[in-house]
Amino acid sequence: MLELDLTAELDRQLLVCNACRYCEGFCAMFGAAQLRTAIGDGDVAYLANLCHDCRMCYDACMFTPPHAYAIDIPAVMAAARVDTYARYARPSLLGRLVRTPSSVSLATALAGIATVALAIAAFAGGAALWTPQTGPGAFYRLLPYAALLLAALALTVYGAVCVALGARDYARDIGGGFVSAASLRTALHEALALTYLKGGGAGCYDEQRASGRRRFLHGLVFWGFLADLAATISAAFEQEFLHLLPPYPLASVPVVLGTGGGIALALGVAGLAAVKRHSDVRPMDPRMVALDYAFLGLLELTALTGLALLAFRSTGAVGALLAIHLGVVAGLFVTAPYGKFVHAVYRFIALTKNAHEQANLAA
Amino acid sequence: MSAVSEVDVVVCGGGNAALCAAITARRAGASVLLLERAPVHLRGGNTRHTRDIRLAHAEPNAAATGAYPEAEFFDDLLRVTGGETNEPLARLTIGESTNLAAWMSEQGVRWQRPLTGTLQLARTNGFFLGGGKQLANTYYDTALRLGVQVEYEATVRALVGADGRVEQIVYERAEREERVAAGAVVVAAGGFEADVEWLREYWGDAASHFTIRGTPYNTGIALKAMYAAGARRIGDPRGLHCIAVDARAPRFDGGIVTRIDAIPFGIVVDMDGRRFYDEGEDLWPKRYAIWGKLIAQRKQQSACAIFDAKTVGKFIPSAYRPERADTLAALATRLGLNAAALERTVAEFNAAVKPRQSVRLGVLDGCATDGITPPKSNWAQRIDTPPYYGYPLRPGVTFTYLGVEVDAQAHVVASDGTPFENLFAAGECMAGNILSRGYLAGFGLTIGSVFGRLAGTAAARYARA
Repeated sequence: MLELDLTAELDRQLLVCNACRYCEGFCAMFGAAQLRTAIGDGDVAYLANLCHDCRMCYDACMFTPPHAYAIDIPAVMAAARVDTYARYARPSLLGRLVRTPSSVSLATALAGIATVALAIAAFAGGAALWTPQTGPGAFYRLLPYAALLLAALALTVYGAVCVALGARDYARDIGGGFVSAASLRTALHEALALTYLKGGGAGCYDEQRASGRRRFLHGLVFWGFLADLAATISAAFEQEFLHLLPPYPLASVPVVLGTGGGIALALGVAGLAAVKRHSDVRPMDPRMVALDYAFLGLLELTALTGLALLAFRSTGAVGALLAIHLGVVAGLFVTAPYGKFVHAVYRFIALTKNAHEQANLAA
Repeated sequence: MSAVSEVDVVVCGGGNAALCAAITARRAGASVLLLERAPVHLRGGNTRHTRDIRLAHAEPNAAATGAYPEAEFFDDLLRVTGGETNEPLARLTIGESTNLAAWMSEQGVRWQRPLTGTLQLARTNGFFLGGGKQLANTYYDTALRLGVQVEYEATVRALVGADGRVEQIVYERAEREERVAAGAVVVAAGGFEADVEWLREYWGDAASHFTIRGTPYNTGIALKAMYAAGARRIGDPRGLHCIAVDARAPRFDGGIVTRIDAIPFGIVVDMDGRRFYDEGEDLWPKRYAIWGKLIAQRKQQSACAIFDAKTVGKFIPSAYRPERADTLAALATRLGLNAAALERTVAEFNAAVKPRQSVRLGVLDGCATDGITPPKSNWAQRIDTPPYYGYPLRPGVTFTYLGVEVDAQAHVVASDGTPFENLFAAGECMAGNILSRGYLAGFGLTIGSVFGRLAGTAAARYARA
C-alpha cells in the first residue's frame, strides 16, 4: 500500500469511527482520533503508534468487511506502523530492511555467530570451540575482555544512535512540543502497565474473543528482557568493582537474574507466537506479522542460547555455545533499529503526545 | 427432509431479546436451540447497532450514575408515548430493569463511561463496552458455553400447532426445509422494517426511498408466522421510528453513523428549496425523532440541511462529509437544488433572524425568527458566512412498532384474547405493547432484555413441566 493511500484510507475509516464512537472505551486512539476531523500524514504516524493492536475494535465493529464501510482499524494501523518503522529507520537507506525481516534476522544472526566463532578461533585457536573451560575468567580465555567490551559498546551505541535519530524525526513529524515531566510520567505509567492492551477491561481479541493472555505474555517478555539486561549490568559490576570474573556461581545475582529473565523471555515469546498463530488474521497486516515473527524468533534464540550456555558452560560445548549466543545477541542489537523492537519507542512517543493532548483538553 | 429433532425451547431470532431468552432458559435447565437468520458475521439483529440500555436504579451502580427512580422512568415513558402504554407491562418492565445491570454483568457484559456527546444519558442509561455487537458477541459466547445450540442462516417459515399450542417450528437452512419439535417457542426476531414491500402496504411508493438503518434480516417473517398461527396484532402498522439520515448512506445497515446531527444549527429545505418545519423546535432527542417522518412526507422523501462556516465542528459528525461551496448557488447545484430558490429561502430566513442574538447551543435559547413561516424558535442565526455546507437527507427507519400482544409472562395472546400455552414473544416484535409510539433512548433493549428473560424463564418452566 502506498503511503498516500494509507492516509486516505485511515481518513475514510476514521470518519466512520468518529461518527460512531462505540469503541471509545477500548483505548486512547479513538479519543485522539475524535480531535481530528481530517487525517494528514502526521496523524497517521501518531494514531497508528498510539494503537496498541488489541484488536477489540475489530471484534466490536458492525462495519467490518463485507459491510460496505469495510472498517478494519487494526489492519490499517498495523500497515501504517510498518510504514513508520521503515520511514524513520536511520540511516534511511536501511529502511528497506523492514520489508524483509525474516531474512534480515536470520542473516545477521548467522553473520554474528560466524564472526564470534572466527574471533574465538583466531584468539584461542579453533580447538577452543569444543574444549571445556573452567574457573574464573574462563570466557576470557576464549575472547579477550577488551574486544568483547568494545564490540558490545559499539553495537549498543550504533543501535541507540540510529533509534534516537529516528525517534527525533518521528516526534517532530507528529507535531512535537509535547514532552513535559507530566506527559512523560503518564506515558511511562501507561507503557509499563500496558494500559491499552487491556481493551477497556476486556483484554485483546486473539484466539478467544477477548482475553488477557497477550498482555500477560507481553509482560513476561518485557520484564524477562529487562532482567537479562540487569543480569549483564550486574555482571559488569561484579567484575569491575568486586573483581570477580565470570562465570558466576548459580546463586549469584547475574545468574539468578539471567536465568529467571531467560526463562520468562523464552516462555513469553513462545506464548505470544502461539497466540499469534491461532489468532484471527483479518485485523492483521501480513508485513507486521512478518516483523513480529522475526523479532520473536531472535528473542527466543537469545533466551534459549543464553540458557543453554548456562547449562553447558562446564562442558566442551562452551566455546561453540558462547559463539552462538553472542552472535545471536549481536544480531538482535544490529537489527533492533530495523525491526519490531522500535515499536516500544514510537509507541512511547505517541503515548507522551496523547498525555499532553488530553491534559490540554482537560485544562 | 431430515428427521424431526426435539428440543425443550426453540428461540427464533438472534439479537438481544433472543439471547436473553436462550441464556435464561438454558440456565433453568432446558435444552435450547436458537435459530438466527443472519450468517455468523452479521448475527445479532439490530442489537448490533445499539450502545446503551435504560435502567432504573435507586443508587449508582456499575452501569449508571446517580439515581433513576422507577416513577421518573415511567413519567419519561408516558411523555414520549403521549400517555399511551400498557401500564402493568410498562411498570413490570421498569421494575425488572433494576435487576438487569447485575444480570448482564454476570453474563460477562462490561460497562464503560458514556460516550462523547451522550453525557445527558449518564444517569438514565448504562453503556456497555464496545457497543451492541460486542454485547451480542458476549451473549453468544455465554450461550454457547452454557450449551445453547445455535444455527445460523436459519429462516423460520412457520409455527405449526393447534389449540393454543405450538408443536413444531418449520425453518429453512441451506435451502433445505427443517422441522423441530419444541416444548416451547420464544419469538424474538425483531420488526419488519427491512421488508420494503411490507412497508409499501402502509407507506406507498414513499417506502422505496426509505433508508433502513438496521439489519437487512428484519423482514418480519417470524412476526407473520405468529399472525398466521393466530396471534393478536398490536400497534399502528404505519408506526415506525424514523430519523433524518444522510442520503448517501447504504440502503441497509448504516447504523448510527448516517445520522445527521446538524439540523438545529441551520435550516432544512425540501427539494423545491423551501423550508417546511421549525428546525429549532426542541432539543435532543426529539429533533432526531421527528425529522425522519417530516422528510418522508416531502417530495421524493428528500430534503437538505443547510448551514454555514459558523457551525462547523459544533455537532457530532456523520460518516459523510457535508457538501461544501463558496456560494449558496454552487452549494444548491451540488445538492440538486434550484440555486435561485435556495438563495431566496436563505435571504428570507436571514431577514427574519432578529438582530443581536447570540446563539447558545445545548439549551432552548429563545433566539427565534420573526415574521416567517415556519418560524425557527431557537438557535436562529443568519446563514451568511462562507463556505456554505449542506447534507442531503432521507428518512432512516430504525424500527417498527407493529407487533403481537403479550401478557406479563411474555405469552403471546391469540386473537380471541386467550394466551398461547407455549408461545412467547420478546423484543421489537412485542415492544409496541409498552412503547406504542415515540422514542426513549435505550428503552428497546430494556424491553427486550426484561421480556427475553421472562420468556426464557416461562418457556423453560413450561417445556420441562
